[in-house]
Amino acid sequence: MSDITKQSLTELVENIKNKKLSSTDVTKAFIERSEKSKELNAYITEDFTSALVKAKKFDQKPNLDLKLPGIPMAVKDLFCTNNVKTTAGSKILNNFVPTYESTVTENIWKEGAILLGKLNCDEFAMGSSNETSFFGNVQNPIDKDLVPGGSSGGSASAVSGQLTPITIGTDTGGSIRQPASFTGIVGLKPTYGSCSRYGIVAFASSLDQAGPMAQNVKDCALLQEVISTYDPKDSTSIDFKRNQYSKELTNNIKGKKIGIPKEYRVDGMPKEIEDLWQKGIQYIKDCGAETIDISLPHTSYALPTYYIVAPAEASSNLARYDGVKYGFRAKGENLIDMYEKTRSEGFGAEVQRRIMIGTYVLSSGYYDAYYLKAQKVRKLIKNDFDEAYKKVDAILTPSTPSSAFKIGEKTNDPVSMYLNDIFTVPVNLAGLPGISIPAGHDSKGYPLGLQIIGKAFDEQNILNIAFAMEEKINFKNKITDWWIK
Amino acid sequence: MSKKNSEYLINRKDNQYEVVIGLEVHAQVLSESKLFSTSATKFGAEPNTQVSLVDAAFPGMLPVINEFCVKQAIKTGIGLNAKINKRSVFDRKNYFYADLPQGYQISQFKDPIVGEGKVILDMPDGQKEVGIERLHLEQDAGKSIHDLDPQNTFVDLNRSGVALMEIVSKPDLRSPDEVSAYIKKLRSIMRYLGTCDGNMQEGSLRADVNVSVRAKGSKEFGTRCEIKNVNSIKFMQMAIEYEANRQVDLIEEGKSIDQETRLFDTKKNETRSMRSKEDAHDYRYFPDPDLLPLEVSDEFVNELKNNIPELPDDKKKRFIDEFKLSSYEATILVSDIDTAKYFEEVVAKMGKNKDMKLAVNWITGELFAVLNNKNLEISQSPVSAKNLAILVNLIKNGTISGKIAKTVFELMLDGDKDPQKIVEEKGLKQQSDPKTIEALIDKIINDNREKAIEYKQGKEKLFGFFVGQAMKASGGKANPQLINEILKKKLQ
Repeated sequence: MSDITKQSLTELVENIKNKKLSSTDVTKAFIERSEKSKELNAYITEDFTSALVKAKKFDQKPNLDLKLPGIPMAVKDLFCTNNVKTTAGSKILNNFVPTYESTVTENIWKEGAILLGKLNCDEFAMGSSNETSFFGNVQNPIDKDLVPGGSSGGSASAVSGQLTPITIGTDTGGSIRQPASFTGIVGLKPTYGSCSRYGIVAFASSLDQAGPMAQNVKDCALLQEVISTYDPKDSTSIDFKRNQYSKELTNNIKGKKIGIPKEYRVDGMPKEIEDLWQKGIQYIKDCGAETIDISLPHTSYALPTYYIVAPAEASSNLARYDGVKYGFRAKGENLIDMYEKTRSEGFGAEVQRRIMIGTYVLSSGYYDAYYLKAQKVRKLIKNDFDEAYKKVDAILTPSTPSSAFKIGEKTNDPVSMYLNDIFTVPVNLAGLPGISIPAGHDSKGYPLGLQIIGKAFDEQNILNIAFAMEEKINFKNKITDWWIK
Repeated sequence: MSKKNSEYLINRKDNQYEVVIGLEVHAQVLSESKLFSTSATKFGAEPNTQVSLVDAAFPGMLPVINEFCVKQAIKTGIGLNAKINKRSVFDRKNYFYADLPQGYQISQFKDPIVGEGKVILDMPDGQKEVGIERLHLEQDAGKSIHDLDPQNTFVDLNRSGVALMEIVSKPDLRSPDEVSAYIKKLRSIMRYLGTCDGNMQEGSLRADVNVSVRAKGSKEFGTRCEIKNVNSIKFMQMAIEYEANRQVDLIEEGKSIDQETRLFDTKKNETRSMRSKEDAHDYRYFPDPDLLPLEVSDEFVNELKNNIPELPDDKKKRFIDEFKLSSYEATILVSDIDTAKYFEEVVAKMGKNKDMKLAVNWITGELFAVLNNKNLEISQSPVSAKNLAILVNLIKNGTISGKIAKTVFELMLDGDKDPQKIVEEKGLKQQSDPKTIEALIDKIINDNREKAIEYKQGKEKLFGFFVGQAMKASGGKANPQLINEILKKKLQ
């Protein structure tokens, strides 16, 4: 079957369960395509040999009751994987092989999935274009020299380019939703506390969440069902009743009230984005739901708040990479010299920039003006959503203020790069779930995404809305396989 | 230096200075596992054998609070008569060091688990109250070992993540003796509660000592210096004495005191500057986003409160009321929980007709002397409380004399022998039959007629001679009281 890699997760699971395909067939197909797709630079570490062994082993005694029976998949290289190198896209962890497994990946393997390899990402998930990776930038399958977005750029590129049927990314300020939007796929950032952070290389602990990335909403729901578990090993994991998201998925959203926040109509937003949003509103209405104009008054403070809170936490989270215990170590005259050289040579420019910002905003004399103030604003932003949800069931916004841009276009302008996250960041600050679905193309034919933001723990509702809209939108990703010779 | 009524003052020419001391005590929580991981905490294990991925700060590892350590901290707070904060927050204290794997220590900065409290010290001239500012939970760091290799430093992470309670006093202490009493009292309370073993040799209890001086009578505080990480009471006292005098000398020379962190050099008996205020670390404290605020309910705290054992102050009061001990005796007996336990067991085993004073004298006299000599803790006593109680009863009911008891006690030391059996086997039973003693005395008076006449003529000192002779004749076994009575009668 030559079109194996074109199949959705749901189709693959069905075909394996019906024994039309074996895990080996599927695994081989994705390995072959991945081998032909080196130019995308989506992988940091390939684990193909071992994947095939696991697939064969699965086929010998297939357990077809599992949710991901023999399904191969690559994951973002921020998830620690037992015995498989985990770099977080950084030189400082270039030689790091964990002896343990993240809870989220453990959940996936328990349901029968097979690791294909580790996917490229911005260094320590800090970036919106995958250009900060120590392992080089990633190509967007949509067009040559186009960024796939970030930080889960390798993950987005791999799903969009059909190198893996599904994947998991992490989202601290938009790192799942923005690259999903840039590559024409679906990406869900779950409620904070839904997926365990245990074993995920930390960027900003109060914002980080793992989430599924897939070709369609149903695949996304199925993967969310697998990865979301209560985990006592993560003190911020929340014990709430989790739905069977894929089984309970419905396109009936009649009577739902969807908020349209006026503050997301930002200055200088391209007309194409505004048009897409209007189209989205129409789709909502076509589905029998109602749209309501709402206000989220503190939206404009979200980005500056995020760029205080996230670097502050990162500056502390990344202190452990000091050359003493594991990872890269530079030679030094003494301890301090070793620290300075290790961290100067081991971290890239963007990571160093954020460590500096974070260290600054936490410093005595600045703490109150920056970190403490940011925490207060964060509360106001959350209150905005709480107020809005008294009137509406979910909120519809564009996912990004633009389509994908060219590699190198914004590397010298960090602020313009940060502006990419303007629509996604408030969701992380408020700890809410948000999903990006492909909803159209711009004049260049590049995909554009719409974001649906839900109430905390209300993943089922936004998945349903996305599912209903997906049917109406009938989006077709324009993948030309330009990179395959 | 002069000590008037135990007031500790430093004298220079016409000036008298008072010393102001505050302590930050680091007490290791008595717990099988660490504050945020399940690693063991046993002292003296092979380096790096009690280290989890969390303790070594591997990527993606997260702290999970150990509920037992939280209970221990709250119990200690209750023992310090302190306010228990139902909501407390763990913060990160950021700094780089090779034995600090996370690059930060998880501690409590703005919102500690325990707030203000107090402890009462029994000083020779009365009681003294010392205020507690706060108690918070924090992680210990690992250990850097610099002397194993000329080129390299080795790191042992066994201690990394072990739970500590930092107990901060108010600047209420005024002398090295008060500091000693304060540390001993804290140690005593925590040992009663079972929240810290107080073992200073193993580093379970150590302190940062803040010292300042001021003119006697002044209300203002002087500039303080902090002496870091002093690990014995003796060194604390030496360090304070040196530091206070150093500061007084500076003032007398018209110089100012720099606020700084100092180290105590135990070999040279002096404090040395470690870093000035300008060089002080900026720890960039902020709430640890990996941990939610720690919230405890009233029920949780009350449950602990209801199970707090009798603490030294209450026990002392009871010993005075119930056993009619003097304040001095009671203080000695309650100062250490094992001593108090031993004493109470002796009391229980003595039964109804007991002589409390005698028991106290035997414990604080003979027993303490033996323990001291053999360098043993009372929990390792060669004589059990039960057998000591029997011995005291044998004296009380006249079976043996106090003098014979000392011989019996010596024999008991070897294998905790039953004193009753020793008395029987060695035939040490006191001679209490009046007729036998009377016969014995008649013989002595008969043999020493001249002395008896001298006594009757007024040479009363000779009474002792007759007692001695009677004792000797009985092989030390005659009941001394009976000898006295009969002698008096016969010599009238």
